[in-house]
Parts: sequence; C-alpha cells; structure tokens
Amino acid sequence: MQINVKIKRFDPDADKRPYWADYTLEARPSDRVLDVMNHIKWEVDGSLAYRRSCAHGICGSDAMLINGVNRLACKVLVQDLGEKIVIEPIRGLEIKKDLIVDMEPFFDSYRAVLPYFINDDPPPPGERLQSPEDRAIFDESTKCILCAACTTSCPVFWTNGGYIGPAAIVNAHRFIFDSRDQGKLERFKVLNQASGLWRCRTAYNCTEACPRDIPITQAIEEVRREMLWRA
Amino acid sequence: MATASSRAQRPRTFADARAMASSSSELGWWVFMRISGLLLVPLAFGHLWANNMAFNAGEIDFAYVAGRLAQPGVKIFDSFLLLFAMLHGVNGLRYSIEDYVKRPGRRFAWKMVLFTVAGIVFVLGVMTLWAFSFEEMGDAVRALGAE
Repeated sequence: MQINVKIKRFDPDADKRPYWADYTLEARPSDRVLDVMNHIKWEVDGSLAYRRSCAHGICGSDAMLINGVNRLACKVLVQDLGEKIVIEPIRGLEIKKDLIVDMEPFFDSYRAVLPYFINDDPPPPGERLQSPEDRAIFDESTKCILCAACTTSCPVFWTNGGYIGPAAIVNAHRFIFDSRDQGKLERFKVLNQASGLWRCRTAYNCTEACPRDIPITQAIEEVRREMLWRA
Repeated sequence: MATASSRAQRPRTFADARAMASSSSELGWWVFMRISGLLLVPLAFGHLWANNMAFNAGEIDFAYVAGRLAQPGVKIFDSFLLLFAMLHGVNGLRYSIEDYVKRPGRRFAWKMVLFTVAGIVFVLGVMTLWAFSFEEMGDAVRALGAE
C-alpha cells in the first residue's frame, strides 16, 4: 500500500524552527512505523535522526508522537494507522534533532526518586524473601521501560517541565510498595515537593500512552494514599 | 562538576529551591479538594432545590430572600456553601495558574489577582448572609408583608 508520512523535522544548525517533511512511499500493512522510518532513513533521506535500539518494545528508545498519541514506533503497525501517518517528537523536552529530544530532565526526575533498593539491615544468608502476594502489589510498576511516553504526554509536564512526572512516580511506586525496602520516607520527601506528586491532575494521558499498559494513574493514586497516612 | 543526580537534588536558584520545598500543604489541599468536592454536591444541589424547585424561581423577590436569610439554618447552610465553593474553586484556579503560567513573576501576579477578587467576593457574600440580625430581617419581611 502507498502511505504518506509527515515527520516534524528540526536541525538546530540549519533551521530556525521545526518544519514538516513529507514522504510518500510503499509499505506493507504489517510493517511497523519503525520499519517505515528505517526505510526513509536508509533509502530516502539519511539525515533523518531518531533513536532506536532493540526494535522490540523493550528498550524504550523510540517513543514518539504518532498520529497524536505517544507510542513506540516499533510497536505500531501501519495497518493500524492507515495511509496517513504523522510523526512528531515527544513533547515537553528540548528537541536536539528531528525526533531526538534531550532526555536528561526526564532522567533527573527518575534519579531523584531513588529508584533502587534501600535496606540497611545486613543481608540474611541466602535471599531477602518476599511472599508472592507482597510481590504482586508492585508488579505493574516493575514493567516500566523508561521510554518517557507517559511523562511527555502529561499536560502538566508540557507547561511545567519541573513536574516530576508519571514515570518517576511509577518507579518510586515500585520501591515504596516493596515489602523489603526501607527508603519509603526518603522518597516521600522528594515526592512531597512543590513540583512533586500533588501536581498530578489525573488527566489519564499517561495511562493511555504507556506502551507497557501500566495503570499509571492508579499507581499515582496508590502512592498518594500511602503518603496520606505516612508523610 | 555536578553530576546529574546531584543536579536533580540540589537547588541551584531560588526558583529551584522553591520548587523543591517540601511541606505537606499540597497534601492537605489535595485532601481538602476531595472532601469539599463531596460536601459541595449536597450543598449546591440543596441550594438549587431550595431556590428553584421548592419555590418557583420566577416569583423570588426580596421578601422571599430576606425571609430565607432570616433563618439561622439557611445562614449556616449558605455560609458553608460559600466557604467550600470559594475555597474549592479558588484552589482549582490556583492549580491552573501554577500549571499554566510559566514565568514566576506573572504567576505571582495572577495569584494575587485571584486571591484579591476571591477575598472581595467572599467578604461580600459573608456580609450579605450575616450583616443583618435575625430581628432586623424579620422586621423587614414583616414590613414588606404589611405593605
């Protein structure tokens, strides 16, 4: 089938502002958007810049705004989008080139919530055990691949880049609800900041954007309820 | 050189420090918004019912309003409605200003305008509800009735 792909492009060395580039090409309905972009880059215009790595929905490199929705280019098929495909960089982060944005503010927020296991007790012989029930509590939030589709779909993040964002809260959730972790109060301190957890307005954009189907808004509410009694 | 993680956790400007200030006030407002939202449902619909359904809205005149406001129960009911509606609404607008006005100076100015207007509206509302004693309101109603 013949498809028309519009890509928002920007080269800071040459362009004053982003512009739309149009490409018309042949694609199979079963092609992924990433295949289409690879075709453009390899066969049509080698200057097109975007991130991709594993190409199988695990590394989280190729999140972009495709037909108005944040998705991974490697997980969307052409047949699900139709003949017209519009691709933009994810919003709220500075564009470095074409679809590549500066992810540093996003990872700053991620690092701020101490996304690692904290437990000062000497480790027991063997492993720190946990019941399957306790493990299930934070099962969904372990699925995050840090693609930034959620945070960059959040209207609060678009206008206030200081907002810690849903991805950081999900990763805090993963440890806050871990029965073996002891860093909960330190994470609450970070999340209780003026630009923290309470800025979420439950727009649900993050939940819809997540390529891993993490119930993000629910995770945010769970952290809020936990904080309500412990902060 | 500052590492990325120290950048994330150490404020570099006054604005950073303000953004990183950790207090539980936002937690308190979050709880308040939920509780006041629930309370406003019966308060607002009760008000709507009393003024539009229990009585023909087209026939409402000064005597009816003065007569209603002479009742302590109505004063208290409407005062709660005023208080919760103002706090809930103003805090919602504050959220919008903090989310959508980027520059700190402008954000401060918009909030001051909001709080001033809200303060005036609230004071006027309280005055309307409580400025006259029950007896005076009763007298006014009786006087109107006698005319």
